[in-house]
Amino acid sequence: MQQKYWIFLVIIILALLAGNFVYPNYIDKGVDFVNAKLSWHLPHLWSKPYVLGLDLQGGVNLVYQADLSTVQDKSGAMSGLRDVIERRVNMFGVSEPVVQIQGSDRLLVELPGVKDVKQAIDMIGQTPYLEFDEQRTEAESKPILDKIKEVQAAQEKGQDITKIKDWQLALQNPYFKPTDLTGKYLSKATVVFDQTTYKPQIQLVFNGDGAKLFEDVTGRNVGKSLEILLDGFSIIDTNGDGKIDANDAYAPVIQQKITGGTAVITGNMSAFTANSIASRLNSGALPVKIGSPISQETVGPTLGSVSLQKSLWAGILGLAAVILFMVIFYRLPGLLASIALLIYVAITLAIFKLVPVTLTLAGIGGFILSIGMAVDANILIFARMKEEIKQGKALDVAIREGFGRAWPSIRDSNLNSLIVCAILFIFSTSFIKGFALTLSLGIVVSLFSAIFITRILLMVFIGPKLEKLKWLL
Amino acid sequence: MNFHFTRYSKIYYAFSGILIVAALASLIVYGLKFGIEFTGGSNMEVAFTQTRPSNEVISKALASFNLGEITVQPTGADGAVLKFKGVDEATHQSILTALNAVSLVQEKGFQFIGPSVGQDLKNKTEIAIVLALLAITIYIAFAFRKVSRPVASWKYGVTSLIALFHDILIPLGVFSLLGHFYHVEITIPIIAALLTILGFSVHDTIVIFDRIRENIMRRGMGEFADTVDLSLNQTVGRSISTVFTVLLVMFSLFFFGGETLKYFSLALIIGITSGAYSSIFIASPLLVSWQKWSERG
Repeated sequence: MQQKYWIFLVIIILALLAGNFVYPNYIDKGVDFVNAKLSWHLPHLWSKPYVLGLDLQGGVNLVYQADLSTVQDKSGAMSGLRDVIERRVNMFGVSEPVVQIQGSDRLLVELPGVKDVKQAIDMIGQTPYLEFDEQRTEAESKPILDKIKEVQAAQEKGQDITKIKDWQLALQNPYFKPTDLTGKYLSKATVVFDQTTYKPQIQLVFNGDGAKLFEDVTGRNVGKSLEILLDGFSIIDTNGDGKIDANDAYAPVIQQKITGGTAVITGNMSAFTANSIASRLNSGALPVKIGSPISQETVGPTLGSVSLQKSLWAGILGLAAVILFMVIFYRLPGLLASIALLIYVAITLAIFKLVPVTLTLAGIGGFILSIGMAVDANILIFARMKEEIKQGKALDVAIREGFGRAWPSIRDSNLNSLIVCAILFIFSTSFIKGFALTLSLGIVVSLFSAIFITRILLMVFIGPKLEKLKWLL
Repeated sequence: MNFHFTRYSKIYYAFSGILIVAALASLIVYGLKFGIEFTGGSNMEVAFTQTRPSNEVISKALASFNLGEITVQPTGADGAVLKFKGVDEATHQSILTALNAVSLVQEKGFQFIGPSVGQDLKNKTEIAIVLALLAITIYIAFAFRKVSRPVASWKYGVTSLIALFHDILIPLGVFSLLGHFYHVEITIPIIAALLTILGFSVHDTIVIFDRIRENIMRRGMGEFADTVDLSLNQTVGRSISTVFTVLLVMFSLFFFGGETLKYFSLALIIGITSGAYSSIFIASPLLVSWQKWSERG
């Protein structure tokens, strides 16, 4: 078999793989059908959802300005800030929050699907969040543990966990639940030393309401543990590995009801650590001050999905129109170029899923624009081919010459568009970045499809038999 | 068929001249209306679930918040876009409550841009535009670096830059008019579209100029105007096809693509049409006129 047929075969396989990765429904239905008939257990195709930007799935985007005027180690302060905010944001239970440092002193926070924006902003900008969680009963724990198992199973299969009913439940702590007592009721925190061991302890003094709440909480939980969390994590390093993470849990057992509104946190900590925790509790300050956001963008979930629907339809209609045009005006080569265009669309969408590229409205706009531009290379090539055929050259020679002569123009034009994309990228605005990214990705893939795929298709389908059917060209 | 494009140069010059003067006049008189991402402020998109109150009623309901100038634009059957000065989240929530008191409302989106963010974006846009122009000039200089007789290579560069300004001025003029009469703002998507036009316009011109040089090399000099006409006849089919396919997808986006991408696609439609027109009817005839003028002088 000739080399071109092998390449043709590879392209067909590549196209089928990409196409079914982008839209697995047909194959999956077939698999279901076979499984039902023969009671086999064939798995579904490996799939991966698109990553959608905030403007398409709804949510809030916040930008904070950090006040670094009094800070020495600016980048250290910023990453410290990012870590704390990240921990707080993770408590919202949104699927994929983003916390990023922008430039030297700005922090970008993206919360997809968050409903109560005011609460989110309050929680991000607030003083350290101290909470006292009481133990759940077994009846309360079970549904959460079950849900966690369900979500984990889904994750292993690569399914979209947000499709599971009440999936947010899995984000909750199965063993503890928050009480009404929080850092809000704290009037002060001090470091004291144990009378006998001289170990440092943190003494918490609650205000009037807090004292009452503390009395209630300790009263109803005698003999059980009370977990104390700061920004969602253990307040001290309980396992002694030098850092505070999810492996630490500080949950002392309540010996008796505590009245008077004073509590003591004991544990294996240095006086230095105790001091820094106490001062964080007292001053309520993040590593640096951020205040309220300097920009905010909230997109309602309906607006996002409507935008997605509309732009997808526009893309499909545009694609259909381009194919119609190509087939009418360029006949057989136009048909082959359209096939190449469809393969281009499948490959590009597969790349979007694989990388993954976060799809925004702008990104879809850029991709749709690239569909219109993708056939330009083919048009240039076909125009040259026609000229060569007019001069009486044989078909295979005309194809080769057409590609050769059109190449400099194609290279120059696409290089030019890529340069502009690179410049667009210097904007840190997500809209432009999304647009520039998908457009440049589209340009690169379209070059491949126009030059390589169309050429192979032409070589395979246009042989000597077609010499008599030149009107098709 | 061989159409003598360059014979009617004066008509094209007059046509483009009128368009450019109109665009400049509109830009000078009306200026451009920039969106809140550049100026700072708040933008609130709502849908009224029952009846949409009149603009006056809405403005009146918000009067107590001291929001500066409030503009209310009705959208669709039951929606409205409200624009006012920047507010924090607490004020935003009270505004929503105040609107709900007037008529039940559902918020679809809210955007707040602080003044420093707007200023930043303005600076970045300026840098991007300067860089893009610079990159394109370098690109043209590179593409036409081989000296070609009888027309000096830099003349190709200058004429394509003139065509480029033509292609940017016309959409800017249209948006200036749209801004004045229909409150259409220059937003980030439109800036992205304009920068894309820069690339596209030069690309069109370069394909034609490449052909002109190729024909000079192949066929010898002859009459320069005839060579240009021949080249235009050879490339015009491709120019129309290319623009047409891009226009197909952009019109599809304009009519069916939703609000955000509507003016983005409009800017591209105007700019790309103008780009194709100017490569054929401005850049190439200018090359011929220039050559004639310098031969005479």
